[in-house]
Amino acid sequence: MNMYKVDERGYYGKFGGAYIPELLHPCVEELRKNYEKIISDSGFKKEFENLLKDYVGRPTPLYYAKRYSKHYGADIYLKREDLCHTGAHKVNNTIGQILLAQRLNKKRIIAETGAGQHGVATATVCALMGLECIVYMGKKDIQRQAPNVKRMKMLGAEVRPALSGSQTLKDATNEAIRDWINNPADTHYIIGSVVGPHPYPEMVARFQSVISEEMKRQLMDKTGRSNPDIIIACVGGGSNAAGAFYHYLNDQETRLVAVEAAGLGIHSGETAATSVIGSEGIIHGSRTLLMQTPDGQIVEPYSISAGLDYPGIGPLHAHLISSGRAEAISVTDEDALKAAFELAAQEGIIPALESAHAFAALEQLEYKQEDTIVINLSGRGDKDLAAFSQYMESL
Amino acid sequence: MDRMMIKPGIGKMNRIQTLFKHKKENILNIYFTAGHPGLNNTGTIIRELTDAGADLIEVGMPYSDPLADGLTIQQSSSKALKNGMNLELLFSQIKKAREYSEIPLILMGYFNQVFQYGVGKFISRCKDVGVDGLILPDLPLYEYERDYKALFEKNDIAISFLITPMTEEYRIKKVDELTRGFIYMVSDNATTGGVNEKNERQESYFNRINAMGLENPRLIGFGISNRDSFSNACKYANGAIIGSAFIRTLEQSTDLKSDIHKFVKRILG
Repeated sequence: MNMYKVDERGYYGKFGGAYIPELLHPCVEELRKNYEKIISDSGFKKEFENLLKDYVGRPTPLYYAKRYSKHYGADIYLKREDLCHTGAHKVNNTIGQILLAQRLNKKRIIAETGAGQHGVATATVCALMGLECIVYMGKKDIQRQAPNVKRMKMLGAEVRPALSGSQTLKDATNEAIRDWINNPADTHYIIGSVVGPHPYPEMVARFQSVISEEMKRQLMDKTGRSNPDIIIACVGGGSNAAGAFYHYLNDQETRLVAVEAAGLGIHSGETAATSVIGSEGIIHGSRTLLMQTPDGQIVEPYSISAGLDYPGIGPLHAHLISSGRAEAISVTDEDALKAAFELAAQEGIIPALESAHAFAALEQLEYKQEDTIVINLSGRGDKDLAAFSQYMESL
Repeated sequence: MDRMMIKPGIGKMNRIQTLFKHKKENILNIYFTAGHPGLNNTGTIIRELTDAGADLIEVGMPYSDPLADGLTIQQSSSKALKNGMNLELLFSQIKKAREYSEIPLILMGYFNQVFQYGVGKFISRCKDVGVDGLILPDLPLYEYERDYKALFEKNDIAISFLITPMTEEYRIKKVDELTRGFIYMVSDNATTGGVNEKNERQESYFNRINAMGLENPRLIGFGISNRDSFSNACKYANGAIIGSAFIRTLEQSTDLKSDIHKFVKRILG
């Protein structure tokens, strides 16, 4: 029995489902009816695998971090998703979804983006396939993430500002959903994380599951054992964590650690530690844990890392954390910054601020000397140079 | 009492069902967002709409993430929340409005608001203050049927589900089975407030639904903004719903009473 597999209506335990207005129903239903068949098809699989290999650069290395291991007193491996084309794991999902969109005869692609990484990964695959691309981005994020806006434009995408609500990622997602409602026939919506109505969380997790599929093989080669003791990954919506956990969900001997952004501190009012201060509710069509007021109004999250700055988590993660299968750890801005500098100094790798949260979790985690730990290094840190240099100046 | 109009297990009709029993056409349903333009306008708007001759009122519960709404309603929701609107205040405003108005009142919002409040508690508050029905566009049909239908019926709270031009026939039948009150017929595949040009595609959709012989009355919503679009919609259904156009009127109003009366008069002629 698989306790972590999505059921027919799209639930992981009590989380998930499709809480969508009737207007959106035809779009989601078309996808739900067809995605399973399409992505199981051998032609699809072959094209997906080839693109991941030759275009994305997979498999990404599983790197034994020798100095870092010595420092922390455990065997620590880094899954190098930062070496993917476009600089993060996000492209695994956009490659999968663009192939799916082609098979559904969609001519127009829409996406939401917060920091711009998913927007860039979507603009990239649209350029690759010659499809029209519109990326919704909160007006505030457009100002905060100017370099990624330029990258998307260079790749031929139109970046549309989301002007509603708090003008950030959640509002960009709302705008993308509204666009889809208004253009049901020719448009596919590429969601960037394991969030949204069924079948998105499961579909995105499956495209990202290549991460743990490779990890199993690579660990076997390197250690003679395919299962590590601990896997650590950061969680905003949770796509890189879903990918890193996916093939280990039923391997109870492997501890799964989901690291959320505490922002300025869990109880500071400026946080994105959803599993700690959130409660059960509905966001973007999915029943999950989210940050909200007693009246059910969704609260704007905060983290220095734009990729973790989301008021909910994917329903799979809500299920894993509530059921005790995964442990949740929260890491502040400050600790994430420190961890990024430490990794740079010890291993010569500058991680994305998102991934830096996963590294910072080592400070809080209980583990044994002989443990094998895999940290999913979900993205590279070039995009965060401004935050890093500001931190250096503050020291 | 006409038993045909009543679902099994319900002993009496609420105000919505009474309305549809006595009036079959040209039903004017007006939507406004609670807390907008002013925090405490709810009572005034309900009273003046009642006096001006609206048949039914949908009171929007402002939400931070109104997925299915167009720009006008989104903005009115943001403003209402900034004004400080919340559910307890809304319930107390409605209770007060019930001292002078017997118009059927429906609360419209998103399921998370009701879920977070507690569905059972929400329904009994509705009953206490005199709310007759709910519209929750993102509440799945199966979940309503499985978890909440008995609760709604026990408390005599009606519920309307939406259909669109793309809703499949089996779902329309399910909507008709679960709806109590009226079916909310979305005129076009678009979020609320768009321009609604009369077209053949729409006409054939309206005719297709009429030919299905559904049990519930139907109101057409989305894109109804003036006398022409209202009377055109009324040719194909029992009435129509006006939202965004009314909200724009409220927003520009310097005298709510007179502007609401003028608005309704313009629609009804």
